[in-house]
Amino acid sequence: MELFSLFVRSVFIDNMIFAYFLGMCSYLAVSKNVKTSFGLGVAVCFVLAVTVPVNYLIDKYFLQAGALSWLSSHFQNIDLSFLTLIIFIAVIAGIVQLLEMAIEHFSLALYQALGIFLPLIAVNCAILGGSLFMQEHHFPTLFHSFVYALGSGVGWLLAIVAFAALRERLRYSNIPKPLQGNGIAYIITGLMGLGFMALMGF
Amino acid sequence: MKKFLEPLSKNNPIIVQTLGVCSALAVTAQLKPAVVMAAAVTVVCAFSNLIISLIRNTIPPRIRIVVQLVVVSFFVILVDQFLQAYLYETSKMLSVFVGLIITNCIIMGRLEAFALSHKPLPSFLDGLFNGLGYGLVLVAVGVVREVLGQGTLWGYPVLSDKFYTLGYMNNGLMVLPPMALILVGSLIWIKNARQS
Repeated sequence: MELFSLFVRSVFIDNMIFAYFLGMCSYLAVSKNVKTSFGLGVAVCFVLAVTVPVNYLIDKYFLQAGALSWLSSHFQNIDLSFLTLIIFIAVIAGIVQLLEMAIEHFSLALYQALGIFLPLIAVNCAILGGSLFMQEHHFPTLFHSFVYALGSGVGWLLAIVAFAALRERLRYSNIPKPLQGNGIAYIITGLMGLGFMALMGF
Repeated sequence: MKKFLEPLSKNNPIIVQTLGVCSALAVTAQLKPAVVMAAAVTVVCAFSNLIISLIRNTIPPRIRIVVQLVVVSFFVILVDQFLQAYLYETSKMLSVFVGLIITNCIIMGRLEAFALSHKPLPSFLDGLFNGLGYGLVLVAVGVVREVLGQGTLWGYPVLSDKFYTLGYMNNGLMVLPPMALILVGSLIWIKNARQS
């Protein structure tokens, strides 16, 4: 039950795009049609679900204050948390590279669907953001962090697909000239965000 | 010189190129975090441009993204530690968004498009002015959201009590994240309308 509410919370309430604006750059750039945005969304889900648990383990056993005490009691006072950012980004870049190679090797169809997006994803703020939020939440187990990552990914996927569908329709509507393009894209995302806020239950 | 000033309005990173939007919107509920964030991004952008430009001839093209990430995260860690030491309250307010400067598209974009092919001094100035152009939008959005949302500016009340006794109320909507998007959308609208 706790896990389920964590999942729902990360999909709808702490939605990566509408509540924290993470991954906005690729969200605005790739959402021209539903099909490609679905591909990017799935890739983000996938990478989040892999990198966040890995970073959880690294954070728990290497980076936190006193985390190295499992090695020897001499290391009890070591606090490596200032290395968090550089280690997390290195892990993410490495895993994305590995995933790209693995997918290319095992499934060419999947590679053609996701392949073009994977290099983009290493520098997508939603991925690093997922790991950093995971660190702030202090999850008790590895599985919690996995559920959180999956939920955040699904939330991102939901947002970009919904937005792409709206944008496809937008092409036929009569928008004032200066507002066309990015202007209306921001305002629509804002309005969608207001809709999502309702799920918070004020 | 004229070319360097372009990011301030004509080629603004947020409004025209839609880069670095991620962090720009989340920290602008008040002016103070917006200013601190703008300063942090400007510092990181200018200095990582400088360093990458200095070593641009020795980076193998295949691994340049990783080298860039390492240089940028080095400066972000410095900024993060500095903020935690001297501006603890604001750094708590910015939370993960300081770390997310690493994946800010403006910085990676400037490194790729400018620093890899130009001399150190122009690269430094290019990074500086792109950071300032980013900061300009942050400050504008931050001022509007704080004044309309809380009736304060930099934490000090700016609207006199008379307004409130006449029935004026703070617009709580302005503090919520979606309003940042709508404000930036309106900024783009104003800018395009003035240009055409």
